Parts: sequence; C-alpha cells; structure tokens
Amino acid sequence: MSTASHGEYYIPEPSKWPIVGTVALTTSVIGAVNTIHAGEMSLLLPVGLLMIAYLFFGWFGSVIDESMAGKYSAQVDKSFRLGMMWFIFSEVMFFAAFFGALFYARVLSVPWLGGAGNNAATHEFLWPAFEAVWPLLSNPDNTKIVAPAEAMGAMGLPAINTAILLTSSVTLTWAHHALRAGNRLHLNLGLGITVLLGCIFLVLQVEEYIHAYNELGLTMSSGIYGSTFFLLTGFHGFHVTMGTTMLLVILIRCLKGHFTADNHFGFEAVAWYWHFVDVVWLGLYIFVYWL
Amino acid sequence: MNAVVEEHHDHDHKPTGIGRWLFSTNHKDIGSMYLWFAFTMFFIGGALALLIRAELFQPGMQIVEPEFFNQLTTLHGLIMVFGVIMPAFVGLANWQLPMMIGAPDMALPRMNNWSFWLLPAAFGLLLASLVMSIMGLGSAPNFGWTFYAPLSTTYGPDSTDYFIFSVHLMGISSVMGAINVIATIMNLRAPGMTYMKMPIFVWTWFITAYLLIAVMPVLAGVVTMMLTDRNFGTSFFDAAGGGDPVMFQHVFWFFGHPEVYIMILPAFGIVSSIVPTFSRKPLFGYSSMVYATASIAFLSFIVWAHHMFTVGMPVAGELFFMYSTMLIAIPTGVKVFNWISTMWRGALTFETPMLFAIAFIFLFTMGGFTGLMLCIAPADFQYHDTYFVVAHFHYVLVTGAAFSIMAAVYFWLPKWTGNMYDEKLGKLHFWLTCISANVLFFPMHFVGLAGMPRRIPDYALQFAEFNQIASVGAFVFGFSQLIFLYVVIKCVRGGEKATDKVWEGAHGLEFDLPSPAPFHSYTTPPVVK
Amino acid sequence: MRAVTRPLGLVCLLLASSPTLAEYQLNLEPGVTITSQNAYDIHQIVMWICVVIGIVVYGVMTYSILTHTKARGHKPATFDDNLTVEILWTVIPVLILIGMAIPATSALLAMEDVSDSDMSIKVTGYQWKWHYDYVGEDVSFFSNMNTPMEQIKNLEAKGENYLLEVDNKIVVPVDQKIRFLFTSNDVIHAWWVPAFGVKKDAIPGYINESWARIDEPGIYRGQCAELCGANHGFMPIVVEAKSEEDYLAWLGEKKTAQAAAAESGNKVWTMDELMAHGETAYNTSCAACHQVGGEGLPNVFPGIKGSAIATGDVAKHIDVVVNGVAGTGMQAFGAQLNDADLAAIITYERNAWGNNAGDMVQPSEIKAAR
Ligand code: HEA
Ligand code: HEA
Ligand code: HEC
Ligand code: CUA
Ligand SMILES: [Cu+2]
Repeated sequence: MSTASHGEYYIPEPSKWPIVGTVALTTSVIGAVNTIHAGEMSLLLPVGLLMIAYLFFGWFGSVIDESMAGKYSAQVDKSFRLGMMWFIFSEVMFFAAFFGALFYARVLSVPWLGGAGNNAATHEFLWPAFEAVWPLLSNPDNTKIVAPAEAMGAMGLPAINTAILLTSSVTLTWAHHALRAGNRLHLNLGLGITVLLGCIFLVLQVEEYIHAYNELGLTMSSGIYGSTFFLLTGFHGFHVTMGTTMLLVILIRCLKGHFTADNHFGFEAVAWYWHFVDVVWLGLYIFVYWL
Repeated sequence: MNAVVEEHHDHDHKPTGIGRWLFSTNHKDIGSMYLWFAFTMFFIGGALALLIRAELFQPGMQIVEPEFFNQLTTLHGLIMVFGVIMPAFVGLANWQLPMMIGAPDMALPRMNNWSFWLLPAAFGLLLASLVMSIMGLGSAPNFGWTFYAPLSTTYGPDSTDYFIFSVHLMGISSVMGAINVIATIMNLRAPGMTYMKMPIFVWTWFITAYLLIAVMPVLAGVVTMMLTDRNFGTSFFDAAGGGDPVMFQHVFWFFGHPEVYIMILPAFGIVSSIVPTFSRKPLFGYSSMVYATASIAFLSFIVWAHHMFTVGMPVAGELFFMYSTMLIAIPTGVKVFNWISTMWRGALTFETPMLFAIAFIFLFTMGGFTGLMLCIAPADFQYHDTYFVVAHFHYVLVTGAAFSIMAAVYFWLPKWTGNMYDEKLGKLHFWLTCISANVLFFPMHFVGLAGMPRRIPDYALQFAEFNQIASVGAFVFGFSQLIFLYVVIKCVRGGEKATDKVWEGAHGLEFDLPSPAPFHSYTTPPVVK
Repeated sequence: MRAVTRPLGLVCLLLASSPTLAEYQLNLEPGVTITSQNAYDIHQIVMWICVVIGIVVYGVMTYSILTHTKARGHKPATFDDNLTVEILWTVIPVLILIGMAIPATSALLAMEDVSDSDMSIKVTGYQWKWHYDYVGEDVSFFSNMNTPMEQIKNLEAKGENYLLEVDNKIVVPVDQKIRFLFTSNDVIHAWWVPAFGVKKDAIPGYINESWARIDEPGIYRGQCAELCGANHGFMPIVVEAKSEEDYLAWLGEKKTAQAAAAESGNKVWTMDELMAHGETAYNTSCAACHQVGGEGLPNVFPGIKGSAIATGDVAKHIDVVVNGVAGTGMQAFGAQLNDADLAAIITYERNAWGNNAGDMVQPSEIKAAR
C-alpha cells in the first residue's frame, strides 16, 4: 500500500472505449431481444457482437501497449489485480444464483410437490400422480412439460471432461512455474496444451448436449432438471469458451515474447479465471451429474 | 479523438468539449455526471409518483387506466431505486473517495467511465418502453419493482425482455463501480491512512461495495432465469415442471434485502461526516460505527425472507427470518446513539446540511421502528402489502437515503464549486421538504393499518381523507425540489467564495485541498499521521 | 427543529387516541378471530415499545439541539467514546428484543397450526376473481366484484361498500375451525381478510394453508393483497359468518341452485333468453378485460366488438373461449362456466355492439365442443 509514496500516479488519458462498450452492449441486447421476439436474426445482434469483439481487441490492445511501454507502476498493477479478483468473485455469485436454484428445487420445491413437509394438500389436490425423485423423469404436469426419458449419467463424457479440466489446471500451473523460472519453452508448451484441453472440453460438451437432446430427451424445456442442467452447464461452457479464448490470446502474447518472470499480470489474471472455471466445474460435477 | 496518442503532465488541464464527458477518466467529471443523471431521474421518477398521487387523490378512476397505473408504480420504484439513490451515491463516492483518502483519482478510471455510461443506456431502454406505452404501442413493465413471477414471466408484456437486459446493464454498471471503489480504497490510500483511520464515509462505501459485488450478480442470475422461462421453455418458476414461483422471490430478495442496505449505508457515512462537523466535536464511537456497519452488512444476507412471510414458508423458516431481522435493530441503534452522543455537549449550528442530517436521524429512526414492527411475523400478516409498508420504506428511503444525499450535496457543494450555496434558499428548501415529506408519508401509516393494500389504483371510501392529505403533501414535496435545483445551479454559476475548509468544524483530507478542488485531487499523496 | 417534533408528537398522540376519532380507522382492527386478536396485541406491544424508545431517543436529541448550541455559547466537549454506555445501549436493546420475540413466537406458532379443523374451503385465485370450493360438499362458485363500472368511472354516486362488494359471498359457520387451502390458477394472489388476521399467498401449483375460527356472525370484507395484474385493485373478498343452522341451510340452497344450473344446459334456449343471460354473464366474467362495451383495452386486451373471431367462424370462437389462449390472460373458461353460460356469452358476443353474426350457440354445442 505504501507504493504510492514514490513516483507519480498513473492516470490514463481520456478514452473512447467506455463509450464504444456502451454502444456495443446496448446494440447487442436490443438485437438479442428483437431476435427472440421476431424468431429470426435481427441485424443488430451480429453488429453488436462484432462491436464487442472490436471493444475487447481495442481496449485490451491499448492496455497491452501501455503496459509494454512501461507506463504502469506497481500500484496500477495492484489495482488491476484487485479488479480481476473481485470480478471473479462477482462471477462466483452469479453461479451461486443458479446453484441456489438447483438446491432449492432439489431440497425444497420438488419434495413439496411430492407432498413433503406440510404440503400434503399440494400433493393431494394438485399433483396426486407426482412422485418426487431427483432427477425428475416425470414432471408434475407431463402434458405441458415433457420430462426426459433418461438422466445424464456421471460416468462417460462428464467424467472425462472432469479429468480434462483438472489436467488443464495442472498444465497451466506448470506454464506459470515455467514463466517464473524463465523457461519460455515449457511456458509455451504448457499454455498450448492448456488451450488444447480447453478446446477438447468444449467439443465433448457439445457432444454431450447432442446426446442429451437426441437420445435422452433431456432439453432446456424438459422441466426443472433440464432447466438447471442446461443453465448451469451452459453458463459454465460459456465461461470455458471465454477462458480458452483468453488463454489463446495469452499464448500468442507469450509466443511474441511478452511477459517477464516478475511482471505478468495478464497471464495471472487469465490463470485465476481458468482456475475459477475449473472449481465451478467441480461443483457442477458433484451436484449436477453425480449426487 | 484518439486518447492514447499524446501524453501530458499538466494536471489541471481539462479536456474540452463533449469529449470531456464522453471519454472522461476523471473522477470529478464522472461524479458530476452521476449526480446530474440521478437528479434528472429523480424528476422523472418523481413525476411518475405525482401521477400516482394525483390518481389516488380521491376514490374512483380519474386520470389513468388501472393497467397504466401499474406501469407507473413499477417504473417509479425502479427509477427511484436504480436510477436515483444508487447513482447518486456512486456520484458522491466518485467525488469524495479520492479526496478523502488522498488519491489523485479512482483506481480504474476508464472502467469508471464505462460504469457511468451504461446507466443512461439501461434507463433509455426502460424509459423507451414507457414512451411506447404512452404512444399506445405495447405496455411498459407493469409487475412492480419486485417483478414477481409468473406475473412477469408468463404474463409479462413484451417489453419485459428489454427490461431484463436493462437490469443486466445496470448490474454490470454497479459491479464495475463497486470493484472500482474497492480497488481505490484498498490501493490508493495515502501513506499512514490505516483502515481504522479512514473517514466513516469511506468505510460505509467500502462495505457497500462488497454488498454490491455479492448481490448484483444474483439479480443478474434471477433475471436470466426469467428470460429463459419466458423464451426458452425452462421451468424455474413453474410448478408444472417442478419449479416454484416462490423460488423467484427467494433469489430476488437475496438480492433485494442487501439492496436496501446498499441504499442506506452510504447515507450513514454521510450523516457521520456531517454531524461531527456541525457539532464541532469528534465522531462518537468511531470503531463501533465501523463494526456496526459491518454487522448490518453481514446480517443483511440472512434476513431476506422477511419480505415473504405470507408465501407459506415452513414455520421454522418464518421464526428464523423474524429473529435475524430483529437483530438488525441493534447495530442500527448503535449508530443512532453514536450520532446523538456526538451532538451531545457539542456546539451545534444549523446550516442546511446539518438540518438535513438531523432530520435524517429523526425520520430514518421512525422508518426503522416501523421496519421493526414489520419484521414481527404474526403482525406482518396484517401489514404486508399494505400502505404501512409503503410508509415504512419511504421513511427510510426518502427521509433517509434521499435526505442524506441532499445533505451531502449541500455539505460538499462549496468544495466542488468553490462557491457557497444560498443558505436562505437552502433552509427554505429544507423546511418545505421536511414538513411536506411528513404530510406525504405519515398518513400512509394510518391507511395501511386500516387495511389499504398497496399497488391499487382505486380504493374504498374509508381511506379517502388520508389519501387526499398525502397527495397534497406529495405535490408540495415535489415542487419544493425545484428550489433545490435552483440552489444547485445558482451555486455552480457563482456566489460567495468558499474557504478551503468551508465549514468551521470541518475535518478530513478533502478540506485540505483548495475550493474548488483541483481537477486531479492529490497528485502527491499527503501523509496521514 | 421543534417544527418537526411537534407534528410528530401530535400524530403519535392521534395514533394512541384512535377510539376518539371513530370515523377514521387509524389502527389495526382487533378482528373476530384469535389470530387477528394475537396480531393486534403483538402490534400494540411492539408499537408502544417503539413509541417509548422514540420518546427517549428524540427527547435526548431535542434537548441537545436546544441547549448545546453555538448560538448559546456552548463550548464543545471533546470526548469520543465511553465503553460503559456503549455496552449499555447494546445490551438493553437485546433485552427489549427478546421481550418482543417471546409473545411473537407463541402467536406465530398458534397461527400456523392448521391441525384439527372442522371443515375445509379451497380458495383459488383467478385474474381477477376468487373461486371457492367447499371441500367434500360439492359446492363451488366464483365470486366477482360487482361494483358497477359507472361508480368506478365517477358517473354515479359511490355506494357504501364501494369496491368491497361481490356477487357471491362466501358463507361460513361461526365457532368452527375452518381450514382454508389457497392456490391460484394464474399468477400469485393473496387472500386477505383483516378481521380474521388471515393473509396468505395463493400460489399457482402449490397449496398454502391457513385457518380461522370466527367468534361473531357478521359480514367481513377484504381484498387481494398481491399485485396480480391490471385489476388487482378490483378483486375483493366478502365473507358472511352465520350460525351453524343458517350456514347449513345456505349450503342446502346452494346445492339445489347448482343442480338447477347444471340442468339448464340441457334445454334449448331462445335468442332473447341467450342474449339476456349472455349480457349478465359477459359483464360478470369477461368485462373486466374486454370491457362492458366490448371495446377491450388497446394493446392489452383485444376488443370483441368487431373482432374477426367474434364475427367469423363460430367453432373458432367457441374454441377460444372454452380452451383459452395459453400464456395470455385469456383463460380456459370451459373449466369455469357451465354450458348455458358459455353458450349465452358467445351468442351475446356475436350479436351485441353491432357485431351481427346473427347465429345462436346452444348449450349442447358447447357440450359437444368440450
Ligand atoms: C433504505 C432502505 C431500507 C432500510 C434501511 C430498511 C430497514 C429495515 N426494514 Fe425495510 N424495507 C425497505 C427498505 C428499507 N428497510 C423497502 C424498500 C421495503 C419494501 C420492499 C417492497 O416490498 O417493495 C422494505 C420492507 C420491509 C419489510 C417487509 C414488509 C412486508 O412487505 O411485509 C420488513 C419486514 O421485516 C422490513 C424490515 C426492516 C427492518 C427491521 C429494518 C431495520 O434495518 C431498521 C433498524 C432501525 C431501527 C430499529 C431504528 C433505530 C434503532 C434504535 C433507536 C435502537 C433501539 C430500538 C429497538 C430495540 C426497537 N422492511
Ligand atoms: C428512493 C426511492 C423512492 C423515492 C425518493 C420515492 C418518492 C416518492 N414516492 Fe415512492 N416508491 C418507491 C421508492 C421511492 N419513492 C418504491 C421502491 C416503491 C414501490 C414500487 C412498487 O410497488 O413496485 C414506491 C411506491 C410508491 C407509492 C405506492 C404506489 C402503489 O403501491 O401503487 C406511492 C404512492 O403514493 C409513492 C409515492 C411517492 C412520492 C409522492 C414520492 C415523492 O418523494 C416524489 C417527489 C417528487 C418529485 C421529486 C418530482 C419533482 C417533479 C416536479 C416538481 C414536476 C416537474 C416535472 C418535470 C420537470 C419532469 N411511491
Ligand atoms: C383476464 C383477462 C380476460 C378475461 C377475464 C377474458 N379475456 Fe378474452 N382475452 C383476453 C386476452 C389477453 C386475449 C388475447 C389473447 C391472444 O393474445 O390471442 C383474449 C382474447 C379473446 C377473444 C379473441 C379475440 C380476438 O379477436 O383475438 C375472445 C373471443 C375472447 N377473449 C372472449 C372472452 C370471453 C367470452 C370471456 C369471458 C367468458 C373473456 N374473453 C374473458 C383476456 C381476457
Ligand atoms: Cu389478485 Cu391481486
Ligand atoms: Cu428487507
């Protein structure tokens, strides 16, 4: 904290990126709603998404340039670290909402619909045929919401995916050690393998979704089991996609010779993010697939 | 305009033109934008409230259709909460935090600007649906600011999907703002300013920022579930597929209750800055203030279901949430008692900020008492969803949060502009506001206890008199705010020069800076003993 | 400052002396059940404790404001903490809160105990009316607000029970433990009768329970207490508590009347009969949304006047009304109304307000379409 006492503070120049970001997000969300409502792609959506991509490349690009130009003091570095840490915490809370929904359904609402607690009347008057077993292979109202034929098992693809993600965390840590030890070859190798594992994970995840939709009848709209399954794994998959992309960018930067043994915030931020995505997966594996 | 091109070290050089605001990386400019945004929204949200009060002036439907009335209520609540109180506090944080901790700016200035600019976008989306509704094209959100499912999912109007994304944008804005506050406070304090030497306003915002980071993403989560329930066939809130409409309320209030403390903790910080200044006495019980704030924040995570006593929770749950809520009275009481002890045996003067701060202590405490009554579950079965609740939360929000913001503006305006505001008009504004607020909100206790439900466009005859009084109060209150606007503009334009210290009893790093404060607050850190 | 405290003090006094201001009700009503009585008592206790704490807190503060001022030349003290008082003002509130929690807990436990009831009534919320089902008795009916539109639109003088009157009251016996089962057909509603101290949410897909044992015969009024859409303000509740014999007599009459209504679906109606009955039934069941004149509400509820469906193919019209439109306010009225009502309403819609389809729908056609 006392780093402030020497040297001048760094204050960035006025920047267009926040405005670009605002326009990009607004365009994308309007595009998204219009797409949903019209049932066909609204032009605003791809335009907005392209702007978001431009934003990321532009904003991070200028930050990288500034960083490479040595403009950042240790204090700025610390602000970035704090920013990344608390951003990840906010992501944890975002997932917490969906885990909360899962636990609520499993521990409370589904048993209640089956007559548990003081909900005997709920069962008797409204859903006499419903039996509360998780995962739900029969919904309270099967005519309105068609239940899946089969639940997603914990073995097979999900288990392989768990192994892949855990391994990727190890390879990433290996790369990090290599970076600190100044071993560029191992760094690039470790990172490269991590990116590869991320991609394999995503391919297998898509495979699993296809299996769920085509063979198990497990879809977003097959009741609360499908809802929690797809939103949790879906948002996780989205984060893996983001993480893999960021790792790829970091890999490219490493190949270009960016980062030094003791100055590599960009690398670390992405590593934290990747570990976070990993931990979320463990929670998913346990509560969505396994128990 | 390309920002990265040229370098300069002239710290008082201000960018000019519209670019100064669009591309700003300056905490003061961004702070001003937040405050003006909040002020604008206050008038819009207030105008909706005045329409509500006009319709409720007497029984019968006079001005609006029931359907439109619900849109008014919903947008009034949403705008006041997300568009007025929260941005105003962020604006104050932007202006004050760097000055108070001896920093040049916020830690992440570009992100700071993004946090701001997302807000006009979010409210643009929201208000667009209101304009469309007035023009007869579809309906604006009409399900209350709490947007309970399935009224907002299966039965929500088309504009609900825009509303959902608008909430996402507000959420991103708040989370980034909070991250910035945390990074600033943790990283940019002047040498020697340990945590337990930080001004209380800084402390309250520090803790508020944690609340924001913890709950805004949960709000984002719940609106996302709404989005998929509405459009992609999920059944989070539909019993037919094993979900539960009440689950919506649990997730919402897990956000919603901490949210109401997000709207009061910075207010506590403001009052804790003002009361010692005009008592000419140090703040009583600094460390207990800090611990009390932290306790309130902690408790706020485990009390949410006191908004849901009537949803049919198991009785053990009801008892738990009743007890945990009652506990909040203790740290809050500590705060009230500390303020009074600060005033005790001081040398009080009553400039406008102090008047608002004193009114805050009186009236917030009133709202706290009714809060305590509400948390008694067996009694809440009678109060819930009546005007008694409306009275409660307007006491804590209007005469609490909004009064604290007015107090803060009067308190720091001379520092911001270098000019003293017009004290006579300030006092006039205070008295009109304070009296009319009570005329407006006090009768709501009575109609509530007598059985008037909230969110109704028309009511039975026995509630007529008190509604009439409230409506009169509302109009006086509303138009008194034009005085406030005038005083602020007048002060920005000029006036008697303020000294650097501004107030005789003032303390704190911000009062060591010249008035008006330089563009980049502390470029070399002051040393705090 | 006095200008603030005076009115505040005054209103506190008003609050206390509520009986003297009989024409305005300022406080909770004690009600006619043990539950409402409990709620009232605990309310009084907590409110008075708060008033007393308020007097102390505001008193000290006011004293300080009046005397410790610079204007009076008061020199500021310099103290900034005092462990003893800080401990005191933490511990004393704890004790006070415990004092409140004890009666609150016992009241709550009593309220939530629905066991050993004498009878059950299932209450279902609809946009915007209540449906009552006397469990095991084969008696069930809808209850709609029947305050005329003219009164709401200020075209007529408002009646005594403006907005708090319904076509079918629910009738219950006194001195029996009545169990209520709440659920909903669409959005969340809340059934609230202040005199019983019962307010419970009616949640679609779930059943909540509550109970009341009413001490005195009489008519008790309440309202829906959860925002449920446009006409949330217009779904009142009226309960008539009667002696056991009167209640049983009413139940008997109700059964006979329902049997007769079911019978009416078997006869062939004339156009005039259909139109006359249709108008009443339409105004009760449909006008809340489609309006008395059939013009609807722009963008919210389509008009029936001139609507393609109401002037076109009759089978489609019957289908919309009987099966509703999923995911909209348009409910499946087949489950709510009997064949005769539906036939009359549809006939009326097709021939009123300048709609001149000219055709008639008989109850038998509805039966066939179900
Ligand atoms: C700034 C916002 C704010 C604040 C600070 C509070 C503070 C409190 N609120 Fe409030 N509340 C709202 C905003 C706020 N509330 C809103 C917006 C709603 C409605 C939402 C909606 O439905 O739309 C609401 C609704 C609400 C309900 C739900 C009512 C219902 O819908 O049925 C309840 C129930 O428990 C409640 C309780 C409390 C309590 C116990 C406090 C406590 O924090 C108060 C503590 C303070 C004191 C008690 C006074 C000072 C203490 C002393 C002087 C010490 C001694 C006192 C004693 C020992 C008694 N609030
Ligand atoms: C911080 C928050 C805040 C603030 C400041 C206010 C301020 C006011 N509120 Fe607010 N209110 C809420 C938060 C707030 N409210 C919330 C959360 C709800 C619940 C919503 C829900 O149920 O979902 C609510 C609900 C609510 C209701 C209940 C509605 C219902 O249940 O149907 C009422 C009714 O009287 C009301 C009235 C008022 C009034 C008269 C003011 C006054 O203080 C407003 C003062 C007016 C002005 C400041 C306007 C100034 C304008 C002019 C002078 C006109 C000139 C105009 C232009 C230039 C455009 N509010
Ligand atoms: C709760 C509000 C509500 C009530 C009560 C209601 N309706 Fe509707 N009605 C609607 C809505 C909303 C639609 C539009 C549905 C859609 O989107 O297609 C509708 C559509 C219709 C239509 C089709 C009109 C058209 O041109 O598309 C008919 C006919 C109709 N209702 C008849 C009735 C009848 C008969 C009743 C009473 C027995 C009734 N409605 C009661 C809300 C209501
Ligand atoms: Cu039904 Cu409100
Ligand atoms: Cu709360």
